[in-house]
Amino acid sequence: MAGGLQEVRDRISSVQNTMQITSAMKMVSAAKLRRAQDAITQMRPYAVKLQGILSNVSASLEQGEGTYSEEREAKRILVVAITSNRGLCGAFNNNIVKEATKAVKEAAESGQIVEVLPLGKKALDAANRLGWSVAEGFGDAPTSLFDNLDFAHASEVANTVMDGFASGHYDKVVLAYNQFKNAAVQLPTNEAFLPMLPEVSEAEGDAGGEYIFEPNKQEIVERLLPNALRVQLYKALLDSHAAEHGARMTAMHQATDNGGEILRDLRITYNKARQASITTEILEIVAGSEALDG
Amino acid sequence: MTVDILTPDAKLFSGEATYVGLPGSDGSMGILDHHAPLVTTLKAGQVVVRSQEGEQSFEVKGGSVEVLNNTVTVLAE
Repeated sequence: MAGGLQEVRDRISSVQNTMQITSAMKMVSAAKLRRAQDAITQMRPYAVKLQGILSNVSASLEQGEGTYSEEREAKRILVVAITSNRGLCGAFNNNIVKEATKAVKEAAESGQIVEVLPLGKKALDAANRLGWSVAEGFGDAPTSLFDNLDFAHASEVANTVMDGFASGHYDKVVLAYNQFKNAAVQLPTNEAFLPMLPEVSEAEGDAGGEYIFEPNKQEIVERLLPNALRVQLYKALLDSHAAEHGARMTAMHQATDNGGEILRDLRITYNKARQASITTEILEIVAGSEALDG
Repeated sequence: MTVDILTPDAKLFSGEATYVGLPGSDGSMGILDHHAPLVTTLKAGQVVVRSQEGEQSFEVKGGSVEVLNNTVTVLAE
């Protein structure tokens, strides 16, 4: 009986340790989530302004066949799968792997050639496991991008993707990433990246007719479009980063809750065993003293 | 006039200024109060902001600028 007690006691302390870790991880994720959200908030005015200028300029411009908006027959497709570097965040990475698998399968069925650009260690692992052909020319971006996530690094990746599209190596590029809705909700999203769809211009501070354009509209659009694409990828990365911490926070919260439940059950088992052993001991003592008296 | 200098990572400057010097892709230009609405692109160089408190300059690798309603928005890269 004493052995059983010791076993339960060990399990209780092990569950307690695990709960300490999961609740610490939850706190860390909460702090990181706040920082990731700040980064999104920082970026938003830039993106809004850029989009505003772009739609202002291109509204009055003949939509020419730009380098990045040319629609070709999609023979070669690039799927950019954005996941995290670390696990323990629920279905976060799995959802993206599922999205990417779907995209790869659909493309393969219609006879297109698919390459996958995994961003994040988990996507790279999945790519190796599932035998996707991994896009080349991105250096160690798949594993190192999230170590130091800033616009400069994201731009490098975006530029390589854009070069690949411009040179005809890819006819279509899609992004698969977790969109950040709020701390508890992530939306696995499949978003077209290239070719760029013509913006539906919204009347936004419409002063398009009065602007002076320097040097001229065409050149401004040509300069702005690549930047808009870089911002789009950067936004996807930031979204995914924030969503990752949100997902981990939720997962760790649940783990801590579950740990509490197990702990409650274990305590009941422990107390029952303890009471049983005390009862047995008392019975033994009573029986022993009776034997002596007799 | 109001000046905002934004990058995707941070807000470099936000406030009142009397003069903004820009490295326009076709040559440097200066913007004073009540400039006409303007959209232009930048090449690598220094963005100079002069205000009552003094002068500040920011390194940019490129970007774009919009001037509208006495507000200068620099989207730096």
